[in-house]
Amino acid sequence: MIPGAFEYLRPKTLSDAIAMLATHGDEARPLAGGHSLIPMMKQRLASPSHLVDLAAIADLAVLREEPDGLVIGAMVTQRALLGSALVQVKAPLLIEAAQQIADPQIRALGTLGGNVANGDPGNDMPAVMMCLDATYMVQGPKGARQIKAREFYRGAYDTALAAGEIVTAIQVPVVAGQGVAYEKLKRKVGDYAVAAAAVALTLRSGEVTSCAIGLTNVAPTPLWAKDAAALLVGTRLEADAVKKAVAAAEAITDPAADGRGPADYRRKMAGIMLARALARAQQRAA
Amino acid sequence: MNDMTPTREAREARLEGMGCKRKRVEDVRFTQGRGTYVDDIKLPAMLYGDMVRSSYAHARIRKIDTSKAEKVPGVVAVITAETLKTVNLAWMPTLAGDVQMVLADGKVLFQNQEIAFVVATSLQAAADGVELVEADYEELPVIVDPFKAMAADAPVLREDLAGKTEGAHGKRDHHNHIFKWQVGDKSLTDEAFNRAEVKIDELLSYHRTHPSPLETCQCLASFDKIKGELTLWGTFQAPHVIRTVVSLISKLPEHKIHVIAPDVGGGFGNKVGAYAGYVCAVVASIVTGRPVKWVEDRMENLSTTSFARDYHMRTEIAATRDGKVTGLRVHILADHGAFDACADPSKWPAGFSNIITGSYDFPVAHLCVDGVYTNKAPGGVAYRCSFRVTEAAYAIERGMDILAQKLGMDPAELRLKNFIRREQFPYQSALGWEYDSGDYATALNKAMAAVDYAGLRAEQKTRREAFKRGETRSIMGIGVCFFTEIVGAGPSKNCDILGLAMFDSCEIRIHPTGSAIARVGTKSTGQGHETTWAQIIASEIGIAASDIMVEEGNTDTAPYGLGTYGSRSTPVAGAAIAMAARKIRAKAQMIAAWLLEVHEDDLTFDIDRFQVKGVPERFKTMTDIAWVAYHAPPPGMEPGLEAVSYYDPPNMTYPFGAYICVMDIDVDTGVAKTRRFYALDDCGTRINPMIIEGQVHGGLTEAFAISMGQEIRYDDMGNVMGASFMDFFLPTAVETPHWETGHTVTPSPHHPIGAKGVGESPNVGGVPAFSNAVNDAFSFLGSTHIQMPHDAWRLWKAAEKLGVTG
Ligand SMILES: Cc1cc2nc3c(=O)[nH]c(=O)nc-3n(C[C@H](O)[C@H](O)[C@H](O)COP(=O)(O)OP(=O)(O)OC[C@H]3O[C@@H](n4cnc5c(N)ncnc54)[C@H](O)[C@@H]3O)c2cc1C
Repeated sequence: MIPGAFEYLRPKTLSDAIAMLATHGDEARPLAGGHSLIPMMKQRLASPSHLVDLAAIADLAVLREEPDGLVIGAMVTQRALLGSALVQVKAPLLIEAAQQIADPQIRALGTLGGNVANGDPGNDMPAVMMCLDATYMVQGPKGARQIKAREFYRGAYDTALAAGEIVTAIQVPVVAGQGVAYEKLKRKVGDYAVAAAAVALTLRSGEVTSCAIGLTNVAPTPLWAKDAAALLVGTRLEADAVKKAVAAAEAITDPAADGRGPADYRRKMAGIMLARALARAQQRAA
Repeated sequence: MNDMTPTREAREARLEGMGCKRKRVEDVRFTQGRGTYVDDIKLPAMLYGDMVRSSYAHARIRKIDTSKAEKVPGVVAVITAETLKTVNLAWMPTLAGDVQMVLADGKVLFQNQEIAFVVATSLQAAADGVELVEADYEELPVIVDPFKAMAADAPVLREDLAGKTEGAHGKRDHHNHIFKWQVGDKSLTDEAFNRAEVKIDELLSYHRTHPSPLETCQCLASFDKIKGELTLWGTFQAPHVIRTVVSLISKLPEHKIHVIAPDVGGGFGNKVGAYAGYVCAVVASIVTGRPVKWVEDRMENLSTTSFARDYHMRTEIAATRDGKVTGLRVHILADHGAFDACADPSKWPAGFSNIITGSYDFPVAHLCVDGVYTNKAPGGVAYRCSFRVTEAAYAIERGMDILAQKLGMDPAELRLKNFIRREQFPYQSALGWEYDSGDYATALNKAMAAVDYAGLRAEQKTRREAFKRGETRSIMGIGVCFFTEIVGAGPSKNCDILGLAMFDSCEIRIHPTGSAIARVGTKSTGQGHETTWAQIIASEIGIAASDIMVEEGNTDTAPYGLGTYGSRSTPVAGAAIAMAARKIRAKAQMIAAWLLEVHEDDLTFDIDRFQVKGVPERFKTMTDIAWVAYHAPPPGMEPGLEAVSYYDPPNMTYPFGAYICVMDIDVDTGVAKTRRFYALDDCGTRINPMIIEGQVHGGLTEAFAISMGQEIRYDDMGNVMGASFMDFFLPTAVETPHWETGHTVTPSPHHPIGAKGVGESPNVGGVPAFSNAVNDAFSFLGSTHIQMPHDAWRLWKAAEKLGVTG
C-alpha cells in the first residue's frame, strides 16, 4: 500500500496547471481531493509520475447562480456543497446525493469535479448530473469547451475528456417546481451503491410533464434512462406506468457481479430504487 | 473512632475492587494517542521488510528472479526460500502439528502466499523492490470447495506429505485429508436415531471470515551480533509461546531471546500464531545485522493471516414427538486451507467443538470432524471465541430452531424443555465435558420477560397475516439463542500448546510504601487487564487498585504465561492473580499478628486491614504491614512482600447466556434491520461491570458483522475476493444495532473468585441469535434454513426462491 515515486506540483493558475499537464503528458494527472486517485496509487493500479494539485487555483472554487443555472467550481468539496444554502434551495438533488457519498472525512476533501471526472461507475454525482442535464465546463491545451454530462461517459474510467483537459466547473440547470429524489442502496456507510437512482420530474395537476432518470453503478458507466423517463411523461405515476418504466430502466442496466451482489440482484435493485425515487419525487413536486 | 475515621463504605469505595465500574486506566493513553504499538517503535539503522506474494492460488514456481529488485536503490536484501534453506527455516512447524512454508518452496498453495521478502532502507524502496521480483509460474488445478477436496481425482495439494498416511492426529484417508476426529458413542447415537420419533438433518455452514484486528500483524526484530541476543517486538497475544517457538526453530537459546508485546490493537485470535513475516524479519535481522521491521497492510492481513470458521456442519437431532431431545449426530467438514495452522490446544484438532451438545441434556451424541486441505490461506483460529466454540454453538442453536419448527413448537419453549437443570450440575455431557455450573431456565426466562417475548410473538403473528394479505413488504423475525461456552483453557491434564501446559501466572510485589506492581502471563489486546487485574488484587489484599501497576507482555519480566485468547485470561490468569494475592495476604496476616501481639487466628481481614476479632479499633492496614515487611519484619521472617503463583485450573469454566434478537427484513431489497437485541450474560462473578458491558457490545458488533455479511470469499480460481474494508463488512456506528444487556450471576464453583470469562460470549451467542432471527422471519414462508452470511443480496435471493419478491 505504498505508491510509487511521483513529483508533486501545485500551480496557482489554471493556465499553469494546463501547461504542466501538457509538459508531462500521459504520466501526469490532476489531483483534486485524492480520494479516488490516491487509493489507486497505493495499490499501484495508477502510477503517475506527476501530480498536478488543483487545490491552489482559486477559479476552481466558485459557487454562484447564473442565468443558466448554478455554476459550481470543480474543486468545491462535497462538504462545501452540503453547507451551501444556495445549493440547498436551487439544487436539492445534489445535497441528497452528496449526503450519501462515502463518509464525513472523504466528503471533506472529495470534490465535485473529481467525482464527475473520475469515470468510476460507482461515483454518485455522474448519474445525478445526467438526470439534471448538467454541463461540464472543460479547459485544455486547445482551449475551452462544454460537454453535456449525458455525453461524457464512455466506459469505465473512459470519458470524453481529452488528454490534458481539466473540468473547471459544472453548470446545473435550475428548474422551478421540480420534484427530485436520490435513492441509494448500499451495504454500509462509505460504500458505493449496490444500485442507485436519481429522479427529477415536474407535475401539472398530478400529471408528469417532464421526467429524467439517472442510474448509478449498474453498468460500466452511469446511465441516463431516457426511454424509461419518456414512458412516464403524461402519466400520473400509476402503478402500471411505474412498472413499465422500471422494466425499461432495468433493461438498459448491465451490472457487474461483485461483493454487492450478483448481476440479477443489482439490476432488480436499480428498479426498486427507481420506483422509490419516483414516489418521493412525486411527493415533492410542486 | 473519631469523625475522621473513614466508614467501611468509604474504605471499600477507595479500593475500586471487584464489582466496581472502574474506568479503564489504559484509556488515558489510548484516547490521547499515546499508546505504543509496534509500528511506533523506531530503532537506529532500522530496515523495512515487505512481502512479494503469489498471484495464483495453486502453481508451481519455476523460477524467482530477484535481480531487478536487488538493483533498486535502498534495497539491501531479497530473501527467498533458497536463503531460508541455508538456516533450515524454509518451513516452520504450525501449532496444529503440521508444517508450513515460510516462503514458497517450489510451489504456491494459496493466493497471496509469501514468495520473497524484500528488505530495504525505506518502506518505499521495499515496495518498489516487491514490484520488481519476478516469479515464473506454472498454473495447477485449484481446489476451493472443501467438499471436492477428497474426491479421488482431486489434485494433490501437499506434495511434501506424499506417502504420509499418518498425520499429527492419526490416520489420513486421502492426500488432501488432514485428520479425522471423533468423540461420543456412535452406536448408541445411531440407535437413538433409529428409534427417534422426529429427526432433523441439515447442513449448516459457517462461512470463512477473519478476525480483522484494527492493528494488522507486525513485528520488529533486532539481532545483536555481539551479545548474540534477539529482541523481538510484536503484536503477540501469547508472547512467551512465541519466545519458546522462536528458540525451538532458530536454535537460539531461550534466555537470549527477548520477546516484547507492547500495546496491541486488537487480536481476536489473529495474533496467536507465528507468521512468515516474523520469521523473515528475524532472519533478515540476523543476516543484515540491523533491526528489521515488518508491518503487513490490510489486504495482506485479511487475505493471508489466520482466517476463522469455514466449518460445514451436517447436524442431526433426534427427538420425541413432544419435544424431548434424544440424540445429536454431527459431521463437520473443516476447511483448513493450505496448511493446518489452526491455533488449538495441541490435542484438540477441532478445538472444543464437542461442546456442541450446548445447553441441553442430550443422553447420547456423536461428533466426527474431517479436516481437509484446500487452496486457501491457512488458519482456523478462534475469532473471539474459545476454540471452535462459536461454530458448535451455531450448529446446536440453529439445529434447535429447526427442530422447533418441525415440531411446531416455540423455540424458547423447546429450549426450556431440554435444558440441563440447575440441580444436574456438575453435569457430564455426552461428549465428555464436565459443566461446572449453570442456571439456564432462570436466565432464559429473565431474557424473555425483558423483551416481552409473548408480545413479540403476537405481533409477529399479526404481521405475518398482513404480509400474506399484501399490506406490507416487511417480515419480522425473532431469534432466540441460548449458548453455553467452554473457556479457560485449560487443565494440564488435557490442554497444552506444543507441550506447554496451559497454566497462567502472576507475580505481585508490594512496595515498602504500600503500592504494588503485578506482572501477569497474559497479554491484553484491548480487554483492559491493567484495570481489572488491579481490581482483583485490590479486593484480595486491600490495596487501592489505583496503587497497583499491572504489566504484561515483556517476557523478560513477566512470569511465563500462555497468553490471552479463548477467554482464558480471567479463568486462568485471574485465578493465578487471586492466588498470588492470597499468598501475600497470608504473610501480611503473620506480620499483623506480630505487630498486634495476638494469634493469627484472632485476626480478621476487613477490606484494607487486619483487625483483632471483636476489637475493630485494633488493626493494621496493608500500608502499615508493607512498611514493616521491608523495615523490620518479625524475627525469623524473610523481609519483603512478594508472591508468585502459577495456576493450573482444575476444570474449564462454562459461561452462558440468553440472547434475543428482533429483526425486520424488507423482502424487496433483502435489507435486514435489527430492531432490538437483548443479551443476558452469566459470566459468574463480575469483576468490572462496565468492562463486561464493553466486551459484550464489541462482541455483539462482531457477531452482527459475521452473521450479516462479513466474509472471506474466493472465486473458482482461488482468487480471494474483497479483502479490503470496502467489501469486508466491518460495521460502523450507523449500521450497528443498539444493544441492551442484562445478567445473572452463577459463580464458578472451582475458580478462586468464581469468575468465568466473558470476552467471547457475545460473539458465540450473537451469531446464532442473528441467524435464527433471519431464519425465523422466513420460516412461515416454508423456509427451513438459509445459509450465512445474511447480507442483503442473499436474503433477497432467499425471498426470490420462496416466490415473495416483487
Ligand atoms: C472509502 C471510500 C468510499 C467512497 N464512497 C463513495 C461513494 O459512495 N460515492 C462516490 O461518489 N464516491 C465515493 N468515493 C470516492 C470519492 O467521492 C472521491 O472523492 C471522488 O471519486 C473523487 O474526487 P476527488 O476530488 O477525491 O478526486 P481525485 O481522487 O483527486 O481524482 C479522481 C480522478 O479524477 C481526476 N480529476 C480530478 N479532478 C479533476 C478535474 N477537475 N478535471 C479533470 N480530472 C480531474 C484525477 O486525475 C483522477 O483521475 C469513495 C472513496 C473512498 C475512499
